[in-house]
Amino acid sequence: MANDLFNSFMTGPDENGRFGQFGGRFVSETLMPLILDLEAEYENAKTDDSFWAEMDFLWKHYVGRPSPLYLAERLTEQLGGAKIYMKRDELNHTGAHKINNVLGQIILARRMGKTRIIAETGAGQHGVATATVCAKFGLKCVVYMGAHDVERQKPNVFRMKLLGAEVVPVTSGRGTLKDAMNDALRDWVTNVRDTFYCIGTVAGPHPYPAMVRDFQAIIGKEAKAQMLEAEGRLPNTLIAAIGGGSNAMGLFFPFLDDKDVEIIGVEAGGKGVNAKMEHCASLTGGRPGVLHGNRTYLLQDDDGQILEGFSISAGLDYPGIGPEHSWLHEIGRAKYVSITDVEALEAFQLSCQTEGIIPALEPSHALAHVAKIAPDLPKDHIICMNMCGRGDKDIFTVAKALNWDMEESD
Amino acid sequence: MTRIDAKFAALKAEGKKAFVAYVMAGDPDYETSLEIVKGMPDAGVDIIELGLPFTDPMADGPTIQLAGQRALEAGMTLNKTLDLARAFREDDDVTPIVLMGYYNPIYSHGVDRFLVNAKAAGIDGLIVVDLPPEEDSELCIPAQAAGLNFIRLATPTTDNKRLPKVLQNTSGFVYYVSITGITGAASAVATDVGPEVARIQAATDIPVIVGFGIRTPEASRDIASVADGAVVGSAIVDLIGKGQSPSDVLAFVRGLAAGAHSA
Ligand SMILES: Cc1ncc(COP(=O)(O)O)c(C=O)c1O
Repeated sequence: MANDLFNSFMTGPDENGRFGQFGGRFVSETLMPLILDLEAEYENAKTDDSFWAEMDFLWKHYVGRPSPLYLAERLTEQLGGAKIYMKRDELNHTGAHKINNVLGQIILARRMGKTRIIAETGAGQHGVATATVCAKFGLKCVVYMGAHDVERQKPNVFRMKLLGAEVVPVTSGRGTLKDAMNDALRDWVTNVRDTFYCIGTVAGPHPYPAMVRDFQAIIGKEAKAQMLEAEGRLPNTLIAAIGGGSNAMGLFFPFLDDKDVEIIGVEAGGKGVNAKMEHCASLTGGRPGVLHGNRTYLLQDDDGQILEGFSISAGLDYPGIGPEHSWLHEIGRAKYVSITDVEALEAFQLSCQTEGIIPALEPSHALAHVAKIAPDLPKDHIICMNMCGRGDKDIFTVAKALNWDMEESD
Repeated sequence: MTRIDAKFAALKAEGKKAFVAYVMAGDPDYETSLEIVKGMPDAGVDIIELGLPFTDPMADGPTIQLAGQRALEAGMTLNKTLDLARAFREDDDVTPIVLMGYYNPIYSHGVDRFLVNAKAAGIDGLIVVDLPPEEDSELCIPAQAAGLNFIRLATPTTDNKRLPKVLQNTSGFVYYVSITGITGAASAVATDVGPEVARIQAATDIPVIVGFGIRTPEASRDIASVADGAVVGSAIVDLIGKGQSPSDVLAFVRGLAAGAHSA
């Protein structure tokens, strides 16, 4: 690279919240003043040591960070190629990476004097994390969840209720994450004065994509230090699953300027990336558009109407992707691939059987891509994949997909 | 001078407030929707707000969400919405049409191509909910250059510090959203709205029209009396959703218009 400073991939977004042409603030006027307040508050917190001291304390004592970087030896052996490490964010309190970000946003909400927290959730992990932190701080919590997802992620619905949150099933559209986000935005417009919208991924209007990334970047910062300690060098390849893209951005961001590190994001291929759009691979199968406050790649028809997508994984079932990923895709810094439901289910079982780790269906997509490429890579090629969530919430879905009768003993 | 400017000049000369009616283009189908729209000027509608269907109307309540779904299911598109405006223009060259919707269908169509086609179809102004002043370079500035009014929403959260920014590139009229919320929700209260409208009027010469939460002829009159006019949407769309005939819908619209005009 000719000029390292000017070619840094880590300076975005610009003052208009853009990563190249992506991102921005496409929201109604009612929300705009609040979004500007939030941006100011976040800019302030970012350079405030007391903010990060509080985050570090809670990350350590409440979430259980740092999460281990784990060498998956039997998996490596079985695949017979590249050396595979897992960043174990599934060990976090509440079972996924989502809480890394929720803590940051709730601390900000408290600084802004907001007393009511709303969130959207797909798999329910972000909803559970938000309900958890709200319980801890005594804040009112309302979670919007697509009716279809309420059905397929029942354990998480019950967890949220136990934690004192109100769960609102959303019946518009196909009843998935996109629809939950619409209703959360509608709630926010209505209750803008006392309510903080805690977005669960690197999407939405600026400053959310940057803010959520910065909170999730703890994953990549730890992974980098841990990898240097374990191997004395950086990994060759990073792999993470993408719904909106927060666990992926969190792992990728601290490595963006390490130009020898290959970066691969894995989108949900559903039944296969086909013309019928029975998938959620926004970058592979979509084109740029504007939804939920930002410009990014979206699944849409010729008229600009948003399509529903399809994935076995509720957390990946979203027709968009965070704007920074769209930018990394267009400039070629990261590569994006897709994995089908069938491939993800195979990887899910592979992880259970070789490593004793029951993964969530979301990182099972990342693992499936690892399984696809690792055998052909040399043994000194190091892959670091983000095991961003555990699979307890998915056992019913997987049982059904594998035709296992949960009611029957043994 | 656009049709919108001409309409306000004419209303002013008569000492009348404006009545603006919203319907979703293509709801429940193209023909019925066209029939309703064509009947509006005679029912007393001064400005027609034509909803552009979108799958994800984030600022709309259930009534308008469902209207959009009905329209889309009946095959409505942006092109057909422009066809509907063109068909209306065949017998009416004075009543302004404002297209109201969300940015993605327009962006997907291509902004330049959209502006040419919208102008040719007889559209006079645009209200695009998810384009705040911060995104003016996307559509607002090109639209003004193409001779279309870009009508901005001002809301209860638009404080005095922000107001100049909201008014800066606004033309035609300012649409004051009477509540913090979505369409079809809470009802607007004239005593709350009046001072807010006065605050905006003090900062601009263009008319200030109030919408959201107006459902009856009385509310239409009360709100119009403290502003330059009133907009009704969900209450009309509700009737269309219930399957009422165009003549019944228009009879209701006539009452709303009479309310605003009596202010
Ligand atoms: C375990 C897990 N991984 C990934 C995701 C997808 O979100 P993101 O792409 O923002 O990491 C979710 C969302 O619910 C999740 O629960």
